[in-house]
Amino acid sequence: MDFNFSEDIEFLRQNVRKFVREEVEAVAMEIEEKNEIPQKIVEQSKEMGLFSLGIPEEYGGLGLDMVGKCAIYEELGKTHNGYTTLIGAHTGIGSVGIVELGTDAQKEKYLPKMASGEWIGSFALTEPSAGSNAANMKTTAEKKGDKYIINGSKHYITNAVDGHVFTVMAVTDPSKGAKGITSFIVEKDFPGFILGNVEDKMGLRGSHSAELFFEDMEVPAENVLGEEGRGYVNALKILANGRAGLAARNLGSSKRLLEHCLDYASEREQFGQPIIEMQAIQHMLAEISKEIAALEALTYKVAWMTDQGQRVVKDAAIAKLYGSEVYNKVADLAVQIHGGIGYMRDYPIERYYRDARITKIYEGTSEIQKNIIANELKREMK
Amino acid sequence: MNIYVLLKKTFDTEEKINVSNGEIEDDGAEFIINPYDEYAVEEAINQRDAHGGEVTVVTVGDEDSEKQLRTALAMGADKAVLINTEDDLEEGDAFTTAKILEAYFEDKEADLILGGNVAIDEASGQVGPRLAEYLGIPYVTTITDLKIEGENVTIEKDVEGDVEIVETSLPLLVTCQQGLNEPRYPSLPGIMKAKKKPLEELEIDDLDLDEDDVAAKTKTIDIFLPPEKEAGRVLEGDASEQVQELVSILKNDEKVL
Ligand SMILES: Cc1cc2nc3c(=O)[nH]c(=O)nc-3n(C[C@H](O)[C@H](O)[C@H](O)COP(=O)(O)OP(=O)(O)OC[C@H]3O[C@@H](n4cnc5c(N)ncnc54)[C@H](O)[C@@H]3O)c2cc1C
Ligand SMILES: Cc1cc2nc3c(=O)[nH]c(=O)nc-3n(C[C@H](O)[C@H](O)[C@H](O)COP(=O)(O)OP(=O)(O)OC[C@H]3O[C@@H](n4cnc5c(N)ncnc54)[C@H](O)[C@@H]3O)c2cc1C
Repeated sequence: MDFNFSEDIEFLRQNVRKFVREEVEAVAMEIEEKNEIPQKIVEQSKEMGLFSLGIPEEYGGLGLDMVGKCAIYEELGKTHNGYTTLIGAHTGIGSVGIVELGTDAQKEKYLPKMASGEWIGSFALTEPSAGSNAANMKTTAEKKGDKYIINGSKHYITNAVDGHVFTVMAVTDPSKGAKGITSFIVEKDFPGFILGNVEDKMGLRGSHSAELFFEDMEVPAENVLGEEGRGYVNALKILANGRAGLAARNLGSSKRLLEHCLDYASEREQFGQPIIEMQAIQHMLAEISKEIAALEALTYKVAWMTDQGQRVVKDAAIAKLYGSEVYNKVADLAVQIHGGIGYMRDYPIERYYRDARITKIYEGTSEIQKNIIANELKREMK
Repeated sequence: MNIYVLLKKTFDTEEKINVSNGEIEDDGAEFIINPYDEYAVEEAINQRDAHGGEVTVVTVGDEDSEKQLRTALAMGADKAVLINTEDDLEEGDAFTTAKILEAYFEDKEADLILGGNVAIDEASGQVGPRLAEYLGIPYVTTITDLKIEGENVTIEKDVEGDVEIVETSLPLLVTCQQGLNEPRYPSLPGIMKAKKKPLEELEIDDLDLDEDDVAAKTKTIDIFLPPEKEAGRVLEGDASEQVQELVSILKNDEKVL
């Protein structure tokens, strides 16, 4: 067993850490206030190659394996989660479908521009009637000659506003249920593609989730992603692939909160001593540290298993579930350690507290993760 | 154009620094490229991109300096040279470094050598100018702009906040000041490529030098941290009372008036 990162990954990670510290942290408050990520940071991130993490080298990407991706995601988790989500959704669910399932022609057309960040990727599965039960979608795709005509809508779609390339699931054969769903690569410039309302969210400011409407939207048949009728399975695969990465981002955010807590508890004095000298505070710090250690081991184990080609359905769901629980718990303790200032908007702690909450909901709720884990346990018994 | 950058590894002064027995402890310190040398690397890359040629980054340091050289390669430099003095030299000063570099540059045809205006650790600001003297080429320090047309060079130089414009010619050595450019972050693909770029390692022996040739001319007696900042004093009363008190403090306590 070897718990070290390769020299390359270690070097990448240190450089990302430096960039995050010096540039992104400096504008975190601005992102929160303006609900907008400064263009300069987005451009710098593109120039650094942060939009290309998982895209193969032959298409201009970094071609990192899952351990490498997670190491970078962890660093990106150490700053404003809206910024992290822009990159995470693009390099994760927004592009993984094309990387894993795309034809050579699709990869050549889309991946180089996605690697450079010129085209931002997004993933559109959820609909008002199809949340946890994604197979219940109403969006239809009807084949007409060498085109599909798509009608329907999606909501809560991350990167919908900045997105250029969407992985969209739609029903091609209503008689077959989940087996009648197909995935498509949709460009925002396709006629009939309409951006709807942008949601006002509890957190993740700077990252925009919105509705999409498709009105007789024409999609060329060559933009079918994977096989017809495999869209539901594809969507589940893409989501499963993203879970370790999400755990890594939660790990990074939890570590950053621990740093804030240690700094604050060392400085803040009450009853004539720094509060870090009080056992109640020490125990909270120990609790945070314990959770981080467990999550770290879990995250990189799942990433390593993925790179070994092992089945990770159960373990990735465990990492997603546990990662979101750790982050929420750590954020709660961090507010507690900070006392009143932990509740105030001009201090970063309450932002993490709000941003942590979504991680139990998107990319499969905690309940759905538990269903997946239990199903896998039953499967393993057979 | 043959462009060289002089680069030094320093500890990160933004991080905690521990001093014991008149020396800075290496353990626990974070090491970085001297920030002024980052301007030099950035400028070298920009000049190469504009005029063609090659950028070689040279450091006099130890085995760990490889990391800073790799960072410069990841930013876009073409080659790196580590002159490793770890096993040969106990102590060195600006003279030592400049003497070693002189030997290194002896058989090179450098058109442009860039260094930092000063290293944030020992802050001598001497290595660049000394090297230029030894090599017999012109030098300009604290530059904030560099324009090269053929052999002719026009430089803006920071003079305590004012700007001086200097005309000179290649070959040339310059030292870089804040404001010259905004150093890039190494791109992740650049980092992956950096490990394939050549990094040559030399010892002073390879430069036909021995310890005595480069023995330090100065000795550092002690190093200590600045005293901790004391709490400020808030003056009270109306404006005229405050002014009176301030003047009295400046005269009697601080003795600056
Ligand atoms: C900020 C944000 C960003 C998002 N980004 C995207 C995106 O980029 N792309 C995309 O396609 N979607 C996205 N989503 C949608 C997200 O994946 C869904 O919100 C999520 O899957 C839950 O669906 P729902 O909101 O319809 O809740 P529902 O499915 O209605 O769930 C309500 C509650 O019922 C529980 N529940 C439902 N079914 C079961 C069950 N079988 N067993 C036990 N409990 C159950 C859930 O766990 C939950 O507690 C995003 C959502 C948000 C809030
Ligand atoms: C929205 C809001 C409204 C408020 N309204 C009012 C108001 O109307 N009037 C008013 O007077 N105040 C008000 N407060 C102040 C509030 O009562 C204090 O924030 C609270 O008492 C905590 O004090 P503190 O923020 O200074 O944190 P600290 O006292 O610095 O606490 C920091 C951490 O150290 C822990 N700690 C401190 N001492 C010990 C110890 N001896 N043993 C173990 N742990 C310890 C705390 O439990 C906490 O986890 C308000 C605060 C907020 C955020």
